[in-house]
Amino acid sequence: MSEIELFNWIRGPALQIATLIFVVGVVVRILEVLVLGRKQDLSEARGSGVAGGLRTIISRMFPDRGTLQRSTFNVIAGYVFHVGFLVTLLFYTPHILLFRDSLGVSWPALPTPVIDATAVVTLIALIAVLVHRIQHKVMRFLSGFQDYLVWLVTFLPLLTGYFAFHRVVLDPQAMIAVHILSVELFMVVFPFTKLMHTFTLFMARYYNGHIAGRRGVKT
Amino acid sequence: MSKDLTIGEALRQRGVSRRGFLKFCAATASMMALPPGMAPVIAAALEKARRPSVIWLSFQECTGCTESLTRSHSPTVEGLIFDTISLDYHHTLQAAAGDAAEAARVAAMEENYGNYILVVDGSIPTGNPGFSTIAGISNLDMLRETAAGAAAIVSVGTCAAYGGIPHANPNPTGAASVSDLVSDKPIINVPGCPPIPVVITGVLAHYLTFGTIPELDDLGRPRAHYGQSIHDRCYRRPFYDKGLFAETFDDEGAKKGWCLYKLGCKGPTTYNACATTKWNEGTSFPIESGHPCLGCSEPDFWDGGGFYKALSTPTADITRTAVYAVGAGAAAGIALGAMNRTKQKRMAKEHEKVTIDDLEKGD
Repeated sequence: MSEIELFNWIRGPALQIATLIFVVGVVVRILEVLVLGRKQDLSEARGSGVAGGLRTIISRMFPDRGTLQRSTFNVIAGYVFHVGFLVTLLFYTPHILLFRDSLGVSWPALPTPVIDATAVVTLIALIAVLVHRIQHKVMRFLSGFQDYLVWLVTFLPLLTGYFAFHRVVLDPQAMIAVHILSVELFMVVFPFTKLMHTFTLFMARYYNGHIAGRRGVKT
Repeated sequence: MSKDLTIGEALRQRGVSRRGFLKFCAATASMMALPPGMAPVIAAALEKARRPSVIWLSFQECTGCTESLTRSHSPTVEGLIFDTISLDYHHTLQAAAGDAAEAARVAAMEENYGNYILVVDGSIPTGNPGFSTIAGISNLDMLRETAAGAAAIVSVGTCAAYGGIPHANPNPTGAASVSDLVSDKPIINVPGCPPIPVVITGVLAHYLTFGTIPELDDLGRPRAHYGQSIHDRCYRRPFYDKGLFAETFDDEGAKKGWCLYKLGCKGPTTYNACATTKWNEGTSFPIESGHPCLGCSEPDFWDGGGFYKALSTPTADITRTAVYAVGAGAAAGIALGAMNRTKQKRMAKEHEKVTIDDLEKGD
């Protein structure tokens, strides 16, 4: 298989396989949670569960003062790499063209130098959270194989994408191929790991908010 | 023209000045990324070189490569250098036809056995031999017969180098490249649809000067000409870096000469000399004319997902895959969820309450 054949395979059939695993996996896992349902609450409602649920989805986007003070580093580095990851994923022109082609929707891109800088900051933040995880005794104790795997598959697309954009390390075409492959690895690992929090966090927040809202408790 | 003339003599006979010849040698040296001091060496070698016998075989091709190499550049010194090789067989260009033409090929082969250069354009059908024949000889047989006595083979054009357009999906003729079929001879791939004229003359000049084939990349292309991507040498590159793209062929961006990435430019993954050597005696190249690079010097460029689809878009129908995946996922998810619910209910039903008596039994 020549390099261009490999490249076209990675852009074609390999991406189809990764998409299949990703979408089937995510849909199955979300539906499993939803279909299982929750125990019926027979108590008289003191407030609106739905409003509480929806409010909590938003309110938990912002860290409360106590958490921010207790683990300042985790909160800040965590926000930086999450926002940075999403910005590079969603606002880089070639990525938007991919979404336009596969989902039929597009939106304006950010200037390339902005994406470039964001990627660097995100990479630094990701390295910082890894170092912190290893150095912090409690975090290290709580971390298992999956935590490091998830870190790696998140880090690789950013790193290879950065290299591909600057056309360094490998020849450009090979680097783009490695970049797409790393994204496919991310997609394949996604449904089976903690990466599912991308979707389940909204369900968890809604459930928590719903319980509290129904009881008339502010969250 | 007599075959015994050296290239130098032949050029003088044709009225090419010494100055014009040296300019060509200097240009060839710089194009091959050789130090300027090599220009006189090239000149000396070309002066003395006997015009090598060249047999040109055309298989499943469109004659575009011959057009590129001969007609459009024939007034230039490159064209003359090309004339001054002894082109003993080329069924489009030679005057002889029919049996006489084939006789010329056989004679050239016998006279220069082991020393002639074989140039091939077009791919070779490996399916039915009748798909493409010359004088009743199948392309495959003619290639094998002629390659056997060649010193080196130059595959001109993407069809000869990688199968090209005849090889495009679903490849009805079983088209193959020269390197797919011949493995015991040095092969230089000069891909392009068509290739740049001076690239082929540069490759021949290198062979005549050094008696060796130039340094090749992993796709068998001379590194001197195919060492850099179009994107890396593109004059529109600053617009790519700034994120300024033409969205359509006639919008403001297109008029301002912004990057053609969104219109499907394959420059980032294409290796060729177009952006530096350019075409039509250095006039321009496709991107300069406002059209994205098609990636014609790369294998399977015809099957790369569409000329006007951006490089970052998938070559397969991901939308359809995703739609099917949602369907399959929903079915599987609901089925698994239902099973889990059943299990949950069964567990609740089978749950036995522990009484004080049960706990005391164990004592």
